Amino acid sequence: MVTLEHYLVLSALLFSLGMVGVMFRRNLIVILMSLELMMNAVNLSFVAFSRYLGSIEGQVFVLFVMVVAAAEVAVGLAIAVAVFRERGTININDISLLKW
Amino acid sequence: METILFYVLAAVTLLSAVFVVFLRRPIHNVLFMILTMVGLATLFILLHAEFLAMVQIIVYAGAVMVLFLFVIMLLNLEELDLPKAPRPLRWGFGIILSLAFAVILFPIFSHFVPTIMGKAQSGTAAAGASNMELIARELFTTYLLPFEIASVLLLAAIIGTVVIGRKLTQK
Repeated sequence: MVTLEHYLVLSALLFSLGMVGVMFRRNLIVILMSLELMMNAVNLSFVAFSRYLGSIEGQVFVLFVMVVAAAEVAVGLAIAVAVFRERGTININDISLLKW
Repeated sequence: METILFYVLAAVTLLSAVFVVFLRRPIHNVLFMILTMVGLATLFILLHAEFLAMVQIIVYAGAVMVLFLFVIMLLNLEELDLPKAPRPLRWGFGIILSLAFAVILFPIFSHFVPTIMGKAQSGTAAAGASNMELIARELFTTYLLPFEIASVLLLAAIIGTVVIGRKLTQK
């Protein structure tokens, strides 16, 4: 029998993996992808709650999360392309203009 | 049955997520990300969220990941040294995987040819309102305003992307 906890543990593991990617990878595109992974982990727990609490609202929220994620990816990749055009690299160690 | 399916799908999803984070080449990251998305979609089906599973495959595996692939190809971050002609081993793998996919699709085929697997199962979703109908009803009544705002957000994202991605001209 698969319980709610199974899905929550899986979701937590996926989220942690995404966080590891955000913190330890230096490639801007891979960081964006890890962000996607984190959002998908949240989506999974939303759907699991929606199923086990018997309410459809969790799935409606997943739709909104997907909309925001798609917008974020489009703008993020456009920024990556613009930065690459300007600097010739997307390694975030070389793009630390706002860091002090 | 459901437990076994859950563990297999969870293992596939987690393993490919590990590859997404730890593999060196961005192109491999993207390909394993697609596998993760498909794994999550199957988990959604397991959770009886069929509509979201379809959206997950179409939006994420279809659109978002293709966008990632385009940008990686565009920036040309690495020299790809693919062999000219596919090796026999690769042909073999391709054929085996295609056959496996056909086997996965087999229950769908049997729906059209009911004599193969006895009576085709029908009408499991017909009992009560379907998943999609429930979501639509909620989305267009309670959450109508957020829905409209989401469309404005998407418009803003489109315009922002075009403005940022435009070739800068010197004045």
